[in-house]
Amino acid sequence: MRLEVAIVRKALRTAAGQTRDILHGVSFSLRQGEICACLGPSGCGKTTLLRIIAGLDADFEGTLVLPEGYRTGMVFQEPRLLPWRSVAQNLRLVGGSSGNDLDEIVAALQLSRHLDHFPGELSLGLARRVAIARAFAVRPDLLLLDEPFVSLDAALASRLREELLALVLKRKTSALIVTHDIEEAITIADRIIVLSAAPGRLVAERTIETPRDALTRAHIAKLKDTILSVMTASGA
Amino acid sequence: MRKLIIKAIKPAPVWRPGKTRDLLLRLMPLALLLLLWQWLSPMAGARALPSPLAVLSVMGAEARSGRLLFALAVTLARVAASFALAMVLGTVLGIAMGRNKTIDRLFDPLLVVLLNLPALVVIVLAYIWIGLNEAAAIGAVALNKLPNTAVTLREGTRALDKNLDEMARVFCLPGGAKLRHVVLPQLVPYLAAAMRTGLSLVWKIVLIVELLGRSNGVGFEIGTAFQLFDVARLLAYALPFVGLMLTIEALIVQPFERHISRWRPHAA
Repeated sequence: MRLEVAIVRKALRTAAGQTRDILHGVSFSLRQGEICACLGPSGCGKTTLLRIIAGLDADFEGTLVLPEGYRTGMVFQEPRLLPWRSVAQNLRLVGGSSGNDLDEIVAALQLSRHLDHFPGELSLGLARRVAIARAFAVRPDLLLLDEPFVSLDAALASRLREELLALVLKRKTSALIVTHDIEEAITIADRIIVLSAAPGRLVAERTIETPRDALTRAHIAKLKDTILSVMTASGA
Repeated sequence: MRKLIIKAIKPAPVWRPGKTRDLLLRLMPLALLLLLWQWLSPMAGARALPSPLAVLSVMGAEARSGRLLFALAVTLARVAASFALAMVLGTVLGIAMGRNKTIDRLFDPLLVVLLNLPALVVIVLAYIWIGLNEAAAIGAVALNKLPNTAVTLREGTRALDKNLDEMARVFCLPGGAKLRHVVLPQLVPYLAAAMRTGLSLVWKIVLIVELLGRSNGVGFEIGTAFQLFDVARLLAYALPFVGLMLTIEALIVQPFERHISRWRPHAA
């Protein structure tokens, strides 16, 4: 799985008939098994970028290179579960009949007790976990996550991050994760890309060389400072 | 460390009056109506408004001769056929119009014309053009109901959730699964609404169709009773049919609605 993104320009036609640039010059690639975090201020086009890569938006100038027959798993900003299907049905519907794998994912995300519930009976945090489980259940080659851990409490978020890492390492999945949290980006990603304020340009791309388990508080703080200064300089 | 407690919100039990109380509440207006009828009957005269008991005895006689049951069965068959025809064609047309702008432009004026065309005009024209036969009768009734179903389903199709559609696309749901699990469940409330209004509309028009151009069924019997000014006979045929439609509504339509909306928390 190797993903090549080269977006020259993505514009949006407003209701008033004007065009507004959302993305301008965003190019990067993603190797197999690599986790890339995308940072940037609100409204800089991060979600648009994910939608383009997911194939939901073909109206852009540029190219997108994806291998044949890859599977995408996506976690949207909202859970987007089918309210009229139980949790188990929601998971099975996309994951096919992959019994064992599904059981493992359900156990890892501690959802076994909720399999028979309908999404309307879940708290937002639980619904988010189901949405993450669903993205894992398709056994994706490419995982796209749009602020998946936002509004979850810190302990749960950190456990889910570990699950994500385990899955990515086990299945050699490539992942692109959009986030606001710089520390999250540093602890989870192999590489970080930073977008400027709208229209989003790629202003920095940084590979984190230190292995994840060797990251110390000092490392993280130092990296965070560098990224913050890049973001401030780009008007982000 | 802070302990994390996550649990699913259990649906709170919905307060419902007891079943017997519910039934009593439903039956009370009917009982009052019956009393009013009994009270008014002597004043209006037995010819204009025969008493409930008189109607019941005519009903019994008609039932014993087998005519009542035959008329009910014939009419019910016509209702079922035209209802099914109108629902299927109306649903297909409505979804197509909701999804495709060209189809919508093409059929919209036709729908407006049909919606505003009196049922009687459609029925008479169908009898003249197609002939005094079953096809004309059922077709005319279906044509009266079809635009209403199509308009309702078009609204439902336009209101489909784009977010869920995107989800289905990203996860590459096959067409059949998408229709069954993503699209149809969203259309169910619209289908149920079309069914409800449809059933009552269809059976009313079926009676007119029978009156005008058929030689059997409840509508035909009512036509005969009208010619003889026989109100007892008229009510003896009309009331059992109303009862039959109410039973169908209570035993089929409502349980169906409850079954398909069971996922809604706190459904009333």
